[in-house]
This record gives sequence, structure tokens and C-alpha cells, in this order.
Amino acid sequence: MKTLRFLAAAALLAASAHAAAADKPPLKIGALLAVTGGASFLGAPEARTLEMLVEELNAKGGVDGHPIQLVVKDTAGDPAKAVSFARQLMDEEKVFAIIGPATSGETMAVKPIVEEGKTLLLSCAAAEVIVNPVTPHVFKVAPKDALAVEMIYRRMKKMGVKRIGFLSSNTGFGKAGKDQVEKLAPAHGIEIAVSEVYDKAATDLTAEVTKLKAANVQAILNWSIEPAQSIVIKNVRQLGLAVPIFQSHGFANVQYAKAAGAAAEGVLFPASRIVVADSLPETHPQKAVVSSYKRAYEARYKEDVSTFGGHAYDALTILARAVKEAGLDRDKVRAALEGTKGFVGTAGVFNLSAADHNGLALDAFEMLTVKDGKFAVLGE
Amino acid sequence: MSLELVLQYLVAGLTYGTIYAVVGVGFNIIYNTTGIINFAQGEFVMLGGMTAVSLHRVVPMPLAIVGAVLVTMAIGALVEITCIRWLRKPAVLRMIIITIGVSIALRELALLLWGESVRSLPYFTGNEVSSLDLGGVRLSPQVLWSLGTCVTIVVFLRFFFQHTSIGRQMRACAANRDAAALCGIATKNLVTLSFVLSAGIGALAGCVVSPITYTAYNVGTGLAIKGFTVAILGGLGSSMGAVGAGFLVGVLESFSVSLLPAAYKDAISVAVLLAILFLRPSGLFGSREVARLEAA
Repeated sequence: MKTLRFLAAAALLAASAHAAAADKPPLKIGALLAVTGGASFLGAPEARTLEMLVEELNAKGGVDGHPIQLVVKDTAGDPAKAVSFARQLMDEEKVFAIIGPATSGETMAVKPIVEEGKTLLLSCAAAEVIVNPVTPHVFKVAPKDALAVEMIYRRMKKMGVKRIGFLSSNTGFGKAGKDQVEKLAPAHGIEIAVSEVYDKAATDLTAEVTKLKAANVQAILNWSIEPAQSIVIKNVRQLGLAVPIFQSHGFANVQYAKAAGAAAEGVLFPASRIVVADSLPETHPQKAVVSSYKRAYEARYKEDVSTFGGHAYDALTILARAVKEAGLDRDKVRAALEGTKGFVGTAGVFNLSAADHNGLALDAFEMLTVKDGKFAVLGE
Repeated sequence: MSLELVLQYLVAGLTYGTIYAVVGVGFNIIYNTTGIINFAQGEFVMLGGMTAVSLHRVVPMPLAIVGAVLVTMAIGALVEITCIRWLRKPAVLRMIIITIGVSIALRELALLLWGESVRSLPYFTGNEVSSLDLGGVRLSPQVLWSLGTCVTIVVFLRFFFQHTSIGRQMRACAANRDAAALCGIATKNLVTLSFVLSAGIGALAGCVVSPITYTAYNVGTGLAIKGFTVAILGGLGSSMGAVGAGFLVGVLESFSVSLLPAAYKDAISVAVLLAILFLRPSGLFGSREVARLEAA
């Protein structure tokens, strides 16, 4: 007890000394993340990454002398909670900017509120609709789902696949993905023979997969972020279907591949390079940033790094850069965000502009596969 | 639709049905002694699965499952002793609300203990890709394990409630607690025992379905909703009823996918539940007498 109290006192002293040295108002950042609930494998690594990064930045004296204060709200993936927490962050906590939410459904629910309150939002979710059409204060750091669909269709074409079966979950991510998959299919000469939506809490999908089997599809594409994406793979292989299985970029947490075990071998999906950081060549522009983030995260939290934590890393780093450039003035920071060019993040190279609040291009994705329970670059 | 396809949908329905039934039967034991629905039943299922996964890191699987069942039984006893036993007036509504509170507490506890990640036991036979080929129709061996567990539990419960003294005392306790106490039955101990038994059965269910459905701190509610549905549909208190209703709902859901968009799957099972309860308030296999008495 005594040591604890001593430590606390020492920490307080150190903090006050630090504040006196900095003497600048804090940069208060809110985070709306699904730390628990069905989307927790997105939100939890994101919250951990922010915690780690804020500590790191503050140890270096904050952003241009402004110490960062982070307020994380756990939305549990629920859009209604995200909305009320967003109001709380803006009205009570008076945050400068908000990072998150982690899911597309929540981001779309929060979008009108942050626009109304003119607070900057850097979403970590995938759906294209978040920044299309562009609204002044909403940005996003995760690559658009349209790019992921594009990558998948290109690969299918290369493999001679023309007729596919499509499954998606009834979440914001699933719905947004479904729209893009169906919209882009004709342009790539892909026929979607069956398209089924399942519940996000599904425990077995044998009936849905039977329907795909009956339709004689050449490949299966699944779009979800829940454990159901591992269940799909198992059910396909258990039914003896030997067709290639494609997954969305939501598969990019190696936990899913591990959960599906032997059934995950050979699954194809687009993802950011962060999950294959070790096998990137030294010359790759993203090598330095992804490997240093991966090393720090894995050393601290003893778990595999995922793309999602990377999104939080990109969001906070881009925001910190803009604040460093423009100070604590929201309009100037907004302009600075739009002026971000050539920033190398974990998700790719960001080139933002007034018309593009995402800034990632097709090269943000790499086609990956599962080999011996690990992610590997698919190559040509 | 070809015969092979019809059979494949049937097998899919069997898979769903087994999951629902094995969770559903757990509801009946506490109901049989106290007349309440234990809303923490899903959490017992979750605790069983999660504990077994943790134990499996150090001991072989059969031991891990036995250990998980025992641990969950102890938790069941603890829940009853701390939250239910000392109630001076054990009104049904009050007990139900308490079980809801307990379910939330157990879920949060599991989150603190295990974090949010998804786990599962390995398949008991074969692995994620193995399946039995029955003339073109395929079935994961784990479904047979679940089915076998389900049948064993039902046979055991049937024997226990009909042919053992303690089982009969438990039923007397549900029929009229005061009268049972007057006859010299230690009602409080029996309620504790019912929590222990249903926690154990829930935990066993959680272990056998975990390779199929995965387990995480928050799976309890989802599993419990379907388990509860089939327990009601089958007629509360009847284990056979829960199993029959489980298969009925499972097969219905599976065939609904073949004809309609899969998104309507759950709507169909709920519609069937409502329709049947409208026609037979006591459930498919429940006795009309009980329903009439309870309504009075």
C-alpha cells in the first residue's frame, strides 16, 4: 500500500512537472470504439493501439507541446450507444476530434451528429458511403470496401471464375459490402448466382451453404466481420465443396484463420500489408512503419497485430500531424487533414484532398491467403 | 429439389436442432423445481465452454470437460446460495429478475477473465474439415457427438425425475412448495441441487457445441434465446419436448432457407412459435392440465 501511494505521488509530481514544462492546453481526443461485443476484435485492438500511441506521444512531450488526453467510450458495436456517446464526447467532454467508430453501421449513425457539432471524425470503418458523398468533418482511414471488391474480382477473373455464391451478415459492414459486390459484378463479368444474408450471431450456416452447393457456383465470397466468417469456411469444407473461398478484408485478423483451423487453408482475401509485415521486402515503402508498429504492439499486448489496430494508428498519427501543422484550430486542422499527401501509414499511402477524405488507392491492398494457419502473400 | 439436396437440408436442420435442443433441455430442471425460467442458463453454457477451453491447455480434453462441468456446477450452487436461497418470499417474478441480473454479472465476469476473443475446443473426432459422407449427404461428426450428448441427458433426466426419490421430491417442490415443505421435503436444498444440475447440463452442452458454434464471453444470450424458444415450444418441464421442438425448429429453419432468403430464417421460427402457442398454450408436448393450473 505504502509503495503504491508513493508511486502515485511520484506520478502526480512527474505529471505536474511535465504540465508546467508543456504549459499548453491539452489536445483532447475522444474515441468511439466497440471494445466489447460482437465487433470487439475491431474495437479492442484499436483502443489498445490508441492507449499505447498516446502514451508514446505524451512521453515525447505531446503534439507540438500539447499533451494528449484520450477519452475512450465503449460502444459495444451498438449504433444507438455510439450516437449517445458521440453527443457526450462533444457536449460534455468537448473533445477536439473523435477517432472511430470501428464499424460502418455506427459511423453512419454518428455522421450527421458530428457534422452538426462540427467535430472532426476519423472513422476506422470500411464502407464507402462514409466518405461518399464527402462531408466536411468526416474522414476515414480504412480502405474503401469498393477497393476490396475490385481486388477480389480481378483475382477471380484471373482464375476464370464467372459464377459465384455470395454470403453476407446483417451488419453495416455486411450491407455496405453487399451493395458494392452487387454493383461492381456486371463490370467484371461476374454472375452472382445466389446472394444470402445471415444473422450476425449465426452459430451454423450449413443450410445457407447447401443452397450455394445446389447452385453449382465456381467460388464463394463471404462478407462479414463476425466469428460467422470462420463458421462459413468450416461448413463449406464439411459439405465437401472444393471451390475457392474468398473473404472480405474483415478476415484480416489471424484469429479467424486459427478459429477455422484446417478449413481456413487456401482462403483468399484482400488485406493491408500490416498482417504480413515480416514477409515484406526491406525496400517496400511501408516496411518501416508496419514493422515498428507491429513490434511495439506485440511486445506490449502479447497478441498478434491486426489491420484494425493499424487503422487507429493511422487515424491518430494523421490527426497528430495535422494538429502539429495547424495548432488547435479545427478549421485549419480540417484543411491540414485534406492536405495530407504521401503519408505512409499501416493501411497504405494516404493522399487526401477536399474531394477524397480517405486517400487510399487500390495499392493499399494485397491479395493474401492462409498457409499453415498463417497469412501469406498470394503473389501473381 | 433432388433427394440428396432434401436430405442435406434435413441434416443442416438436424445440426441446428441439436444445438437448440442441447441448450434447451437445461432450462427444464430449474423450472421443474422452482417454476421459474433461469435466464442465466445461457451463461452456464458459455462458462462450460470457456472453462473447458482454458483447462484443455493443461489437461486432456475429457478431463477438461469434466473439470468445466464441475466448476460450472459449483458456480451454479454459488449463484443459488448467494442470490436465491435467502429470499424470504421467493416470488417467481423476483427470482426471474435475479437470474437476469446474475446473467449480466457472469457475462461481465467472463469478459474480465477471458477478454473478448473467440475460442473453441478442438473437434472431438477429426477436425474442421472432416465430415461423414452418407451417400452424398455430409455431416460433421461433432453433430453426432452433440446429438449423443443430448439423448444421454434426456434419458438421464427422464430417469431422474420419474424414478428417483430426489427427482420426485423436486417435482413436488415445483407443484407446491409449501405443501412439499410440510411433507418434510428440504425444499431449499432441492432448489440448490436444481441449479447445480442445470449448470452442469448447460456446461456440458457448452463443451460439445463449442467446436461448431465457437464460444466467447457473450455467446450465452444468443444460445439461450433459441434454447428458451424450444423449451417453451416443447412444453416447459418436458426434456423430450425440448428435444422434439429443437429438431422441429431446426428443420423448419433449414428448409425455409431453401425456399426463401436466409434473412427470414429467424422470423419463421418465431412465427411458428407464436402460432403453436396460440393453438396450444402449454407447448407441443406440455400437459394441458399444467397450463390450465398455471393460468388460474
